[in-house]
Amino acid sequence: MKLELKGITKQFPGVLANDNVNLSIGEGEIVALLGENGAGKSTLMNILYGLYTPTSGEVLIDNQPLELHSPGDAIAAGIGMVHQHFMLVPVFTVAENVILGDEPTKRIGWLDARRARKMVKEISGRYSLDVDPDAIIEDLPVGIQQRVEIIKVLAREARFVVFDEPTSVLTPNEVEGFFEIVAGLKADGKGIIFISHKLGEALEIADRIVIMRRGKTVAEVLPEEVDEEKLAELMVGRPVDLVVHREEAKPADVVLSVENLVVLDDRLQRAVDGLSLEVRAGEIVGIAGVQGNGQTELVESLTGLRTSLGGVVRLNGEDITTKSPRAIHKRNVAHVPEDRQKSGLVLPFTVTENIVLDSYYEAPVSRGVQMNWGAARDRAVRLVEEYDVRTPSVDVLVSTLSGGNQQKVIVAREFDRDVALVIASQPTRGIDVGSIEYIHSRIVQERDNQSAVLIVSSELDEIMALSDRILVMFEGKIAGEFDSSATPTEIGLAMLGSQGGLEAS
Amino acid sequence: MTESGTPPENEPGDKELPDWYARVTGVGSSLRQALVIPALALLSALIIAAFIIAVTDVDILPLWGTDPGEAFRLTIGGIGDAYKALFVGSFGSVRAITETLFAATPLIFAGLAVAVGFQAGLFNIGVNGQMHIGGMAALWVGFSIAAPAIIHIPLAILAAIAGGALWGGIAGLLRARTGAHEVITTIMLNFIALFLVDYLLKTTVFQQPGRNDPISQKAASTAEFPTLIGDYRVQIGFLLALAAVGAVWWLMYRSTIGFEFRAVGSNPDGGKYAGINVAWIYVTVMAVSGALGGIAGANQILGLEPYRGISNFAGTVGFDAIALALLGRSHPVGVLFAGLLFGALRAGGREMQGAAGIPIDLVLVVQALVIVFIAAPALVRAIYRIKTPEQEGGTTFSKGWGA
Ligand SMILES: Nc1ncnc2c1ncn2[C@@H]1O[C@H](COP(=O)(O)OP(=O)(O)OP(=O)(O)O)[C@@H](O)[C@H]1O
Ligand SMILES: [Mg+2]
Repeated sequence: MKLELKGITKQFPGVLANDNVNLSIGEGEIVALLGENGAGKSTLMNILYGLYTPTSGEVLIDNQPLELHSPGDAIAAGIGMVHQHFMLVPVFTVAENVILGDEPTKRIGWLDARRARKMVKEISGRYSLDVDPDAIIEDLPVGIQQRVEIIKVLAREARFVVFDEPTSVLTPNEVEGFFEIVAGLKADGKGIIFISHKLGEALEIADRIVIMRRGKTVAEVLPEEVDEEKLAELMVGRPVDLVVHREEAKPADVVLSVENLVVLDDRLQRAVDGLSLEVRAGEIVGIAGVQGNGQTELVESLTGLRTSLGGVVRLNGEDITTKSPRAIHKRNVAHVPEDRQKSGLVLPFTVTENIVLDSYYEAPVSRGVQMNWGAARDRAVRLVEEYDVRTPSVDVLVSTLSGGNQQKVIVAREFDRDVALVIASQPTRGIDVGSIEYIHSRIVQERDNQSAVLIVSSELDEIMALSDRILVMFEGKIAGEFDSSATPTEIGLAMLGSQGGLEAS
Repeated sequence: MTESGTPPENEPGDKELPDWYARVTGVGSSLRQALVIPALALLSALIIAAFIIAVTDVDILPLWGTDPGEAFRLTIGGIGDAYKALFVGSFGSVRAITETLFAATPLIFAGLAVAVGFQAGLFNIGVNGQMHIGGMAALWVGFSIAAPAIIHIPLAILAAIAGGALWGGIAGLLRARTGAHEVITTIMLNFIALFLVDYLLKTTVFQQPGRNDPISQKAASTAEFPTLIGDYRVQIGFLLALAAVGAVWWLMYRSTIGFEFRAVGSNPDGGKYAGINVAWIYVTVMAVSGALGGIAGANQILGLEPYRGISNFAGTVGFDAIALALLGRSHPVGVLFAGLLFGALRAGGREMQGAAGIPIDLVLVVQALVIVFIAAPALVRAIYRIKTPEQEGGTTFSKGWGA
């Protein structure tokens, strides 16, 4: 059994997303697909899954060309896809979600809940996924929701499974679990395509690594032949510095001070529970922690998006606890939000409109009540250039940009100001190594310009590479403080709730 | 920036929006999309309406069994006559054209009102009520003060704007303050306005002296909208409607407040993140929308005989406006053309009834069919095999970090 993409070309208006791409995967093989943001990985996979029609080229299974006009066709041919944004109905149970999309194949009826539950149990057992068929989706952590997606794919008897950046929403622990699942699928003879920007992951699980650049496959290597540096160079086309270079921090005055902050989450639980911290000008403070320990609510509250129940937040000495997002923005606080599509961008807006999304009311982008689109466009053109956002023009909808390029639009917008405080959640989620290098250097540059920087990330590597000081958040409180010489193991332990590190100051 | 050298400029908004809301309301459509899809929908509707004319002609039906050739000839002839009459009645003469413009005038205002709401993510079903309140305000100014037309008419229109904005703003305020959905509140406000008008028309302030039924005094002649050409009915309201199209276009695409409207409409979380006061936007949008509805109401009183307030003077305009905004893809220029089309159907429908004996109700069928086709753009595309950006992504599946 062999799946083959032959001579795939995909032309979008102004962008040749895939340029005569050939790719094949066999049974029981894991192929990692790497490439810069906008290289065309997702496009290629969407073609394979029947979401896009290629301009030319064909998809074959065992040399038989497939007619792929919709995901239904792909599923019927045994091709499954796990998207990053899960397509689950939050108020339905796992079993209900698993049968939901299956109506077209008519193998089980809508109301045949018993069989659905049995099927979930069976698949869950076979691949040791450990998913309860009766759990309600919205109660499940992201990692488990992803497993539900995997069950959906397996329930449709997929022989080939595509994972588009599956690990970027997972915590390190969940990533381990995910790799075990993938190994199980491989042992069962499934062919797997795996997209990631984390080179180490590709080296760890892939049998073969395919690298795309500017719409073409430019290299195919075996993991044992290469290391991360080599992979990065193949991807970007130049050597990439994977280490963040920074001088010793020179912390000055306290910019952000948080005292005994209490914030409720949407279910009215105390997500942030009496938390205190300080960030000084000229230092980068990283908040590490397993996702769901109140980081989201903390950031929302600091930026004015969520009201707090108690405590005081001060910016340069001024109490901003109850200030609006606009008022906080005006005090030169930059905010890279955690979920770019939920709040960081307006997807049906153009790149230009998104570049001015939170500064549209200021000169020169507006003159009184009138927008000055010329000035807005000029700024967008400049930032697209500066941050290497791959887009045919600043006038296309931001929704047509690749995931990583969407993220770059946000980072560019937020850093293109005089900022006193930067609050960034997962600032490089989905961004390729080349651009991470640039964004990290920009963050360090902000610090050296005497900004205070607060980074919140579930990626320990990123936190450790950037931070002058690391705070570990656990159950809504700071559970430990470390300096940059701490080891991942120490921090990892604190993330799981055991006390450690220096005493919180 | 890309491998393909100098890329062609993409028109802003040239992509279909990802979610059903955008697909149905057309929010974010480019002007081209706002015109092409509706035109095709109209074509489809006319074809289906032709079938309806054919199968409902009871005189010809028996003939299909005995002489199908003759039956076919008669049927085609009948359909031809009907559509010819429809066209003659709407565009065939100066009178026909002016009647089309006359009928289109209130529809354009009301359609703009709904479109502004759609753009900001609000479904204003309350144009009917806003027309009633705005219209009554204009009427009151129309008969209670004496002033030359140059002052009287603007004053009356300002009163209509204030009345409509107030009525719309109430729904906006309820949404902002209590989260009550505007669909529910605007429907309720429609009823309140309807009965309020009936009540007011029987008060001494409004009622025509010597009458017992709900009918108001006549507006002063200085408040009547002057006609544009001779004794044809089309009046300055139509020019105002054109101005309103321009104003709404500027508001939505060139002003900062329009940017806020559209940002909140497309992604309320994104709007909040951008520092926009979302609750306040709901109030403003409903007020602007209501103001446009109010002008439509003024037009229904000061723009046509008998220049008086009567029970339910807004008629179905406020509801037709919803269809119209959908048809115009919520784009001001699209709304203008949709308004002209509905105006033409109305003007031509009378001729069709008179000359070809086809009930005017067929016009309503055509309108309804147009909406069905609009609300199901996928259907229109499938029929005409239009390749759309939708196939190039933008489906719900392609959302996501890795998209
Ligand atoms: N629906 C679309 N319309 C127009 N252009 C598109 C569309 N989807 C993708 N593109 C363009 O095609 C190119 C490839 O995008 P794709 O999403 O495949 O990149 P990717 O390799 O997955 O990148 P990333 O790592 O950032 O996710 C990009 O330049 C993007 O702008
Ligand atoms: Mg991608």
